[in-house]
Amino acid sequence: MTIEINNRPYDLPDDARISLLDFMRERLEFFGSKKGCNQGACGACTVLVDGERILSCLALAAQYDGRSVTTIEGVANGDELHPLQALFVEHEGMQCGYCTPGQIMSGIALKSELERGAPSNVSSDLTVAPRLSRDEIKERLSGNLCRCGAHNGIIDAVAAYVGGEEQ
Amino acid sequence: MNPLTYEKATSSTDALERHDGDAAKFLGAGTNLVDLMREGIATPTRLIDVTGLAQSIEEQSDGGLRIGAGVSNTAVAEDATVRAQYPALSRAILAGASAQIRNMATVGGNILQRTRCSYFYDVAGSRCNKRSPGEGCDAIGGFNRAHGILGVSDSCIATHPSDMAVALSLYDAVINVESDEGTRSIPINDFYVLPEDTPDIENQLNPGELIVSVDLPAPSANRRATYRKVRDRASYAFALVSVAGSLIIKDGLVVDAGISLGGVAPKPWRAIEAEAAIVGSPPTEETFRNAAQIALADATTQPGNVFKTELAQRVIVAVLQDLAGDAQ
Ligand SMILES: Cc1cc2nc3c(=O)[nH]c(=O)nc-3n(C[C@H](O)[C@H](O)[C@H](O)COP(=O)(O)OP(=O)(O)OC[C@H]3O[C@@H](n4cnc5c(N)ncnc54)[C@H](O)[C@@H]3O)c2cc1C
Ligand code: FES
Ligand code: FES
Repeated sequence: MTIEINNRPYDLPDDARISLLDFMRERLEFFGSKKGCNQGACGACTVLVDGERILSCLALAAQYDGRSVTTIEGVANGDELHPLQALFVEHEGMQCGYCTPGQIMSGIALKSELERGAPSNVSSDLTVAPRLSRDEIKERLSGNLCRCGAHNGIIDAVAAYVGGEEQ
Repeated sequence: MNPLTYEKATSSTDALERHDGDAAKFLGAGTNLVDLMREGIATPTRLIDVTGLAQSIEEQSDGGLRIGAGVSNTAVAEDATVRAQYPALSRAILAGASAQIRNMATVGGNILQRTRCSYFYDVAGSRCNKRSPGEGCDAIGGFNRAHGILGVSDSCIATHPSDMAVALSLYDAVINVESDEGTRSIPINDFYVLPEDTPDIENQLNPGELIVSVDLPAPSANRRATYRKVRDRASYAFALVSVAGSLIIKDGLVVDAGISLGGVAPKPWRAIEAEAAIVGSPPTEETFRNAAQIALADATTQPGNVFKTELAQRVIVAVLQDLAGDAQ
């Protein structure tokens, strides 16, 4: 049983109870993904599995045998920040930084969801690709809470990212 | 700590063989079960992962749609046929949880998710007849803003939290299950059972029975449908009240109406009598108000949730008026 995390293979733990989040943080020392609530309510533990965002606190590591996980540690290119990381800096999309890894992983996935035309709860017409708007971005980021209230900067950063102004 | 084993089923037959008694449990994505295990509410020692099974959405020869139990909530909501022909289902799913959770959650797991009643969750501090039969219910007389007003009993006022199931109820979906004894199909509107004095029994599924798929009947021509959810914040919260509604209007009269309510009952609540009161009438506010009153006529409220009766009525009227407006 192996799992790939940020392009490197790891043996899965024998203990079936361990969550993907605890496995990454406590066994592999990937401390980027955060444990905010451990019950699915905050989004701080968001990672990508085969490109789709999930909550690693509600996932058992064993369920992800053979899958490919990307965490915040895996998004930069060496010393060069991922475009969305750079936009979080530019737009001050954080205060304490605790929710930031989850916000960024969510923002990355959100862009590909929009690109494939996925509807959201605020899309007015389900039969066409959603129109890009601030409301769409807010709704799609609603699974990531920020206790510092840095949401305006977070939304600005993600809006710039999905709007293609990432340079 | 309890020992726990994890195994992945390769087929429904394989899953049924592996399920060897009360200590075993099927596992969907785990977004509810893992949480319940951590809280000590669910205590399986053998998890049989069924997410790999039944992962397709297929159009049926009768014009209906069969959705595999292992399909993710996201995949159902995004499916082109669901969006075009069963829009209330797409909308109900999109109104629930968050993108991350919908990406994980399966159709089977969503149908079987347990209540979010905080007393049910509070193992150490509260009495709950659903969790520990016979213990009592601290929600009655407690903080019950989120609790039910229809179909509830003296032993339990918890609601079923699913948004998706409310839309499945509107569309008269049928749940296909498999067990050692064979297969059977249960209409979703018969699937959940009311609490009465055994709130620990929530549905007709027998222990070890596996949900394999959900069938949606062929869509009716000219039927308009939608889903509206009212909650304490704009997103990422369970429903206080939700309404899946549908109308078919012909020559200025309603020829078919559907109303299913979420957030108010231990199951998706089809308001059959209210629907009947609309059929044959013009699609006016008065018609809808009358129906909304009928739908809530049997409401039994608690001090914390009295507001739900009027709220549900208003949402019913608003949803039907929107649908009638669209049809003009
Ligand atoms: C923070 C948070 C917010 C949420 N908000 C909402 C919301 O607003 N609206 C909403 O509707 N839902 C909401 N949910 C609930 C979510 O939709 C459910 O947790 C999810 O749908 C369960 O699916 P799953 O595949 O993870 O099920 P699991 O947790 O894996 O399983 C749930 C139950 O189903 C059983 N099971 C699973 N598959 C099968 C099968 N094929 N046959 C027989 N038994 C099976 C399991 O044994 C278990 O008892 C929320 C959840 C969280 C954590
Ligand atoms: S830690 Fe996973 S959602 Fe809060
Ligand atoms: S920056 Fe502090 S929680 Fe979001």
